[in-house]
Amino acid sequence: MTLSSRATLLATVLCLPAALSAAELNLYTSREPKLVEPLLEAFTAETGIAVNTVFLKDGLAERVAAEGGSSPADVLMAVDVGNMADFVEKGLTQAITSEAVLAAVPSTLRDPQNQWVALSMRARVVYAAKELDLDAITYEDLADPKWAGKICIRSGQHPYNTGLFAAYLAHHGAEATEAWLSGIKANLARTPGGGDRDGAKDILGGICDIAVANSYYVGLMRTNEKDPEQKAWGAAIKVLLPTFENGGTHVNISGAALAKHAPNKAEAVKLLEFLTSDAAQKIYAEANFEYPVNAGAEVSPVVASFGPLAIDPLPLTEVVANRKAASALVERVGFDN
Amino acid sequence: MWNGSASITEAVQIMAATDLMQSLLPRRTSRPALGGGRHWVWGSGFVAALVLAPVLALIWQALQGSDGLWAHLWAYVLRPALGQTTVLLLGVGLIVIVLGTALAWLVAAHDFPGRKVLDWALLLPLAVPSYIIAFVYLELLHPLGPVQELLRAILGYDNPRDFRLPDIRSMSGAILLLGLVLYPYVYLPVRAMFAMQAAGLLEAGRMLGCTRTHLFARLALPLARPAIAVGASLALMEALNDIGASEFLGVRTLTVSIYTTWVTRSDLPGAAQIALVMLVVVAALVALERFARRKQRFAGGAQRIRPLLPERLTGLRGWAALALGALPVVLGFGAPLFWLLSEAVGRIGEAGISPQLWAEMRATLGLAAAATAAVLAGGMVVAFAARLWPGGTTATLGRLASLGYAMPGTVVALGVLVPVAGLDRMIDQGAQMLLGFGTGLVLIGSGAALVYAYVVRFLAMSVGGIDSGFAQIPRALDHAARSLGDGPGASLRHVHLPLLRPALVAAALLVFVDTMKELPATLLLRPLGVETLATHLYSEAARGTYEDGAIAALAIVAAGILPVIALARIGRRNGAGRRP
Repeated sequence: MTLSSRATLLATVLCLPAALSAAELNLYTSREPKLVEPLLEAFTAETGIAVNTVFLKDGLAERVAAEGGSSPADVLMAVDVGNMADFVEKGLTQAITSEAVLAAVPSTLRDPQNQWVALSMRARVVYAAKELDLDAITYEDLADPKWAGKICIRSGQHPYNTGLFAAYLAHHGAEATEAWLSGIKANLARTPGGGDRDGAKDILGGICDIAVANSYYVGLMRTNEKDPEQKAWGAAIKVLLPTFENGGTHVNISGAALAKHAPNKAEAVKLLEFLTSDAAQKIYAEANFEYPVNAGAEVSPVVASFGPLAIDPLPLTEVVANRKAASALVERVGFDN
Repeated sequence: MWNGSASITEAVQIMAATDLMQSLLPRRTSRPALGGGRHWVWGSGFVAALVLAPVLALIWQALQGSDGLWAHLWAYVLRPALGQTTVLLLGVGLIVIVLGTALAWLVAAHDFPGRKVLDWALLLPLAVPSYIIAFVYLELLHPLGPVQELLRAILGYDNPRDFRLPDIRSMSGAILLLGLVLYPYVYLPVRAMFAMQAAGLLEAGRMLGCTRTHLFARLALPLARPAIAVGASLALMEALNDIGASEFLGVRTLTVSIYTTWVTRSDLPGAAQIALVMLVVVAALVALERFARRKQRFAGGAQRIRPLLPERLTGLRGWAALALGALPVVLGFGAPLFWLLSEAVGRIGEAGISPQLWAEMRATLGLAAAATAAVLAGGMVVAFAARLWPGGTTATLGRLASLGYAMPGTVVALGVLVPVAGLDRMIDQGAQMLLGFGTGLVLIGSGAALVYAYVVRFLAMSVGGIDSGFAQIPRALDHAARSLGDGPGASLRHVHLPLLRPALVAAALLVFVDTMKELPATLLLRPLGVETLATHLYSEAARGTYEDGAIAALAIVAAGILPVIALARIGRRNGAGRRP
């Protein structure tokens, strides 16, 4: 480390109390920084409040817990409802009381005690090879032996999948879920792994016919100017919105919480109010191709082309409650092995 | 360093001759301690305690009780993970030992066109982290990648649905790719052993009529056994720690299981429990290494280093040797580098290198330098204590100090985070009481916690390296130095440090490169706002896109090449027979 950067570091540490009084806030996020950046830039432009971001893929909750009362974290952001619930279980959050936030986000997309709010929704969908003669599918169908050797999916332990499996568990019970997972495993074209985009890529590569993946990647692939290869992946697939038999399409959320010991609480609340506002929700919908939680914002044309989304009525709390059991079932059937 | 010690040099050479004679006689008991410098042992104890603290924090975590039942963990997580890990380690071990030893022998005992270049080029895969090689080959060998595209063009297929190769995402894929970047861990020490130790014995063997096969099997191989053991155990611990490659290639190792148990199930105690099981596996590895190195002590090291007289391979055989030797370099380094270059050049041509990337480069190098200095100092204390006071206590301390290398970065980070964050809070509250203002999280905020984690993680490399460096210095040198009036510290300065330089440089480079590559602990412990190249790459990989990631990956690889070149130059100087 150079002398000057060490000096800067020292200055930062020593001046922390002074720095804290300036108009800024500290955001801890497990969301990919590039997805959040446009929103944060818009926030800073509007309010003049600078946002210091710490991106932590794993261990966000553990770090905040270990920092305890000295934690500089103001806002905690994560994807997956289970991660949000984890913050609450570890006692890292405080209730959000802002009327503006609570008015913007429907109660089904909040913690019962308002310890977190959803900022966006994503559906767990099926990508199918464009030429495949298939217009509709249910989640239950995925275990049908007719798909043997034709399905791609990422790790069964990934929160996007455990969320879906937890919902299945809540719908059908443990025994049926175990049989269903074994059925999917038997249908896999390759070991579970990679990301959701790999599903589309592998469909184009001839490895599989259908893949389970999140909805917003389709827009991200089809409009990707930085990596034009991805346009071909996105173009090779069509999107089916699967439903549970007697239910709807499984959605998960990205969310935010107010840190329990937030040193810049007022600024933090402003950020939450901004993120749930019509303007920010529009960015979520247009730039990230997610479903907005604020009914005032519309979905992007790419997402609209998937057809109407019938959200599964199962409450998110049920998904949270079944998450660990679902993860254990994934291990029981050796889904990832 | 060596100046003014000429008389000592001569004295020790005479002593060394007698030591050589003694080493030919059977010897049961180890030599008595020289005495003095007891504080080195305390120092060693302190270093071991520093390493042990996170382990104890983990044990404490593990005892908090797991939400997941132990029976379930065992049956559905641990047992399959143990099975997969065992297969992975056996496979990687076989590859690195065969490849590393064969290549070292090829380069040390033969002369052929391009040997001088190959000599150091074989170290280059060291610069490619496992998560980068896995990612690169996933791209290269994907049905949409260049290799299969070319194959389809040659074979006349249009659509990958009509023809494609088996998926690289498999256990054998993981074994091959890890072996490709980890074999230098064996090649490096074995080649050094051949270069520095083997000449006299091998030439004696040759004069006594050994065939080349016999020479290799009956002299070179047994001679290289300790070096193979050290290198292979380092490579295997590296494989055990890997998370990126296993994750990309769909292999569920113990490390991956710790991740999923902790991250997905939020079951920190369960993860800590698996981590402790992993420590047992590592203990087994260490025991295996010690067993493979048993009863080996080196004599005659004070003689002038003399390179082995190589056998000249001419004509087709020479070119074949070059091709064979170059293959691991091409696969483990050339192909990934070429691919990253072509990806990165496109990006740079479009957008240039951002100031952010430069800042990340500086942060990466700074952290790696700080960690390397701390790791070498710690390793020296531990190894020198063992030299001064050979026996159970210092050996145990050495083993304890080496524990961290076997723990995956995430686990070390977790173990470090809990006690350090507690300390940070105490400092903060203490400052608030005494000074009236808080300090914030000094240790985490300054990067000290991260450097601590690096030290815990990588101390084994310097302890092991310096240890085997010491093993090559005849004890007669210590006796000579001491009888000529040097205390322990002075003998370290005058005698050991100069002779240890190759070992120190080797250890420093390994630590430096590995710190640069280190990902999981860095992700967890880096200070607010600090990004390293590895975390940059990972945050891009988290999205499943490698838009700017190729540049970061290329920078990691490029920076990793520099120490490899330095290492090669030092090796060449020694090989030329000049005194360190």
